[in-house]
Amino acid sequence: MVNSGNTQHVVVIGGGMVAQRLVEALRARDDAGRYHVTVFAEEPRAPYDRVGLTRWFEDGPEGIALGDPALWADPYVTLHTDRKIESIDREARTVTDRLGHVHAYDELVLATGSSAAMPPIPGNDLPGVFVYRTIDDVAALRGWVEQKRKSYPEGKPVRGAVIGGGLLGLEAAGALTALDAQATVIEFGTHLMGVQVDLGGGQALKRLINGKGIGVRAETATSQMKPHRRTGHVGRLDFADGGRLDVDVVVVATGVRPRDELARAAGLPVGERGGAVVDLSCRTEDPHIWAVGEVACIEGRCIGLVAPGNTMAEVVVDRLLGGLAEFPGADTATKLKLSGVDVASFGDAHARTEDAVEVVWADPVAGVYKKLVLSDDARTLLGGVFVGDAGPYASLRPMLGAELPGDDPSAFLLPEGGGGAPNLELPDEANVCSCNNVSAGAIRGAVTEHQCTDVPGVKACTRAGTTCGACLPLVKKLVDTELERAGIEVSTALCEHFDMSRAQLFDAVRVADLHSFSDIVSRFGTSTGSRGCDICKPVVASVLASLGNGHILAGEQSTLQDTNDHMLANLQKDGTYSVVPRMPGGEVTPEGLIVVGQVAKDFGLYTKITGGQRIDMFGARVEQLPDIWRRLVDAGFESGHAYGKSLRTVKSCVGSTWCRYGVQDSVGMAVELELRYRGLRSPHKLKMGVSGCARECAEARGKDVGVIATDKGWNIYVGGNGGQTPRHAKLLAEDLTSEELLRTIDRFLMYYVRTADRLQRTAPWIEEVDGGLEGVREVIMEDSLGICADLDAAMARHVENYEDEWKAVLEDPEKLRRFSSFVNAPKDADPSLAYVEERGQRRPATAQERAAGVVIAGPKLEVRA
Amino acid sequence: MSSDDVSEAQAAGTTLVSAAAARWERACLLTDLFPERGAAALFGDVQVALFRLAEDPADPAPGGQVYAVQNLDPFSGAHVMSRGIVGTRAGVPTVAAPVYKQVFSLLTGECLVAADKTPKADLPADLVTYPVEIRDGVVHVGLP
Repeated sequence: MVNSGNTQHVVVIGGGMVAQRLVEALRARDDAGRYHVTVFAEEPRAPYDRVGLTRWFEDGPEGIALGDPALWADPYVTLHTDRKIESIDREARTVTDRLGHVHAYDELVLATGSSAAMPPIPGNDLPGVFVYRTIDDVAALRGWVEQKRKSYPEGKPVRGAVIGGGLLGLEAAGALTALDAQATVIEFGTHLMGVQVDLGGGQALKRLINGKGIGVRAETATSQMKPHRRTGHVGRLDFADGGRLDVDVVVVATGVRPRDELARAAGLPVGERGGAVVDLSCRTEDPHIWAVGEVACIEGRCIGLVAPGNTMAEVVVDRLLGGLAEFPGADTATKLKLSGVDVASFGDAHARTEDAVEVVWADPVAGVYKKLVLSDDARTLLGGVFVGDAGPYASLRPMLGAELPGDDPSAFLLPEGGGGAPNLELPDEANVCSCNNVSAGAIRGAVTEHQCTDVPGVKACTRAGTTCGACLPLVKKLVDTELERAGIEVSTALCEHFDMSRAQLFDAVRVADLHSFSDIVSRFGTSTGSRGCDICKPVVASVLASLGNGHILAGEQSTLQDTNDHMLANLQKDGTYSVVPRMPGGEVTPEGLIVVGQVAKDFGLYTKITGGQRIDMFGARVEQLPDIWRRLVDAGFESGHAYGKSLRTVKSCVGSTWCRYGVQDSVGMAVELELRYRGLRSPHKLKMGVSGCARECAEARGKDVGVIATDKGWNIYVGGNGGQTPRHAKLLAEDLTSEELLRTIDRFLMYYVRTADRLQRTAPWIEEVDGGLEGVREVIMEDSLGICADLDAAMARHVENYEDEWKAVLEDPEKLRRFSSFVNAPKDADPSLAYVEERGQRRPATAQERAAGVVIAGPKLEVRA
Repeated sequence: MSSDDVSEAQAAGTTLVSAAAARWERACLLTDLFPERGAAALFGDVQVALFRLAEDPADPAPGGQVYAVQNLDPFSGAHVMSRGIVGTRAGVPTVAAPVYKQVFSLLTGECLVAADKTPKADLPADLVTYPVEIRDGVVHVGLP
């Protein structure tokens, strides 16, 4: 803890999203280091994105990570997790934690949030009844559902019910569905999401929810939960109307209650329905105690949304730093984050304003319902409800309270392309990202003043769209408009020799049917020179290879290759290369292992197992490569393409052939995939994985294409990678047959190969495809662009024309001539190489070791077979 | 561009780098060099990278010659310059280091693109260049 003389201590009780925002804002603004801030979280983890809890099922903990983890390493910030605060002593200005430790504060912020409310329904304490609030709740729910499923004969579904049809209830129902359980939503009111959506919207929503396989029972009161006779677990719901529902699991999502017990015990005033009462500066009656987020009772009520909580956090930080900020009123706009169900509302959704006019557009067949609430002159926007198509939400919400342009507001509700809605010119002060409170002006400023030229840049600069992401389409539109206005043309030129991007060049070369660099540069190059450079040559090499133009060292193509591709090996730091024979699926025979071992021994190579389940041999000199490969090829090995921007490996677990848990033959599939896609050149290296069951031992979701076996077939995930910015792959399709799986991967890879930018990996590529992952799905699963037949044919050509690059080199004396150390001494070793021994193998000597003369072996000393 | 053109151009004495050569060493036949690629040559302890460039009359950058620079890559400390990709930058023939992709002028050896790196162990960032002459189809390198 930093403690210079004047540093004051802010204690934050609670480790939720709003606490995180407060710490972020304080550290961003408190340049002088006036405050040290200590956060006490009750949960055993740093703040996470509670709004995205459902994503935890899909993406795991990283899917709901919040903000920059470096925040908690800041010397002015201390985070205590699993450290509930038990009491506040206002006189002494101290708090006491659950371990009995006492902590002094200068300023205290209550950010304790809410707990899930449990209605007094008899049986609500039975095993199998859950709430939906924290990661622990979600994890327990998942454990329960999986355990139930295991106790049932195969095929018998786990039956779930959700009590409460609000925002949270629908997300919980989505979570049950994601767990492959049946779900029925029980709603006491007349329709779903009654707080945000009117009756018409609620009915459209019900159709959408039913379409997801989720049942809905509205106007239903649950009178009791009854235990199962044998297990004692929750087994049945009884309803007031005499109806019943058999269940294995119940999630209660009827609302939340502010965690105001500390405030009450400390004698602070609380609201009628709970919550620590604060004024518009978020200060309680005690001048040194503040409350933010769901625990704060502001303007007479508690608000269970993150955006107003974040606003309160910003207000408190401003006040702590001597400002006069006030809470401007809650932005209660909401958007349901349930995949495939678009629901959004903002402002006066129920048209409670006097003389408000409602404009409704509904398509009951498609399950679409859209409504605008306008002032009596039908000009000023007061609110809106969108079900089934939340498209207009992002651009209309920031117009709340402003006059809509044009004469006919209903134009904004028509399906895209159908009505020609006037272009909305957002005022600078319009709030675009309500999670992070970023205005349209701030986004424009990121482009005009901070030189951001794309959405990722603007996200990093303003934080817009970094929490829930609902505003990203609008952010993109603003950024594009502003770039255009500033006359900034974002250059996609490869280099001075080509004005085109890689994707454009790929198409041009394919359509013009060109097969050499000379032809390509004379047809599509700029006037700055016809000989290319180290940037465009490897790109053209990759494009030519992807389109099938024979061996990569044939003729002029050989001049384009980076040294790795030129030497068909991986350059290492001392100028030697590493050699990786292919071991499809990580499978290798004992005979193969012996050959690899013998080759490494004879040539004095350092050996290591790679992350892709094969063996890398280091320290091979240029002139040794053909001799090494002749031995490997004779033993049946082939190039592993470890040197190429191409398919590397398909990692697999041992699968159903040996494993007690495997449900499919993952090794067999991995071998098939690796043999199918070996040698495919792509914009960046490609990795795949195949797991034989949901335990995912192959870590397939860390790969560009991950395949995970299900009892019905294969799930395919795309866009994962390790590297500098690790990503989990996202689900593209479920329960595919082997044939469907191959076709899907064929198309995914070919579409990527054709349209990605230079050195762009699959994850950022997917983000840039129009419509993101959904857009990719439409192209390759629904053939929305009509190119699937073409993609299929291109992959078929690749598979048909594959040849082992190394075998071809060994058969061609002209290609072999490239593998000389010196043009005037073709077999002499580079005299500058020097090695030392470490752990029984040799490695390059460091500069110090060379200077100290501890080198054990120069290149000429080693024994050769 | 035929190999004959190269030999004529350089045999005519159009040596580009006028560094005084103390001795001329025979490196190889011109036809031993692949056009638009490099090759290393060894003279005692000195490693030289030779590049045989193509020539296109329409291309403003000089071409059609053999250039020689040090084979030591100052940014990695490895003797690998001969394995870089050749090209042009703003009309200057270049080679890119294969390890960390710095770009050097083949005319002067100057480091044109440092790619946010600094050379190893206080090595100069620029490459030493050597004069080259083609005599009767044989590539000769002038060493200090």
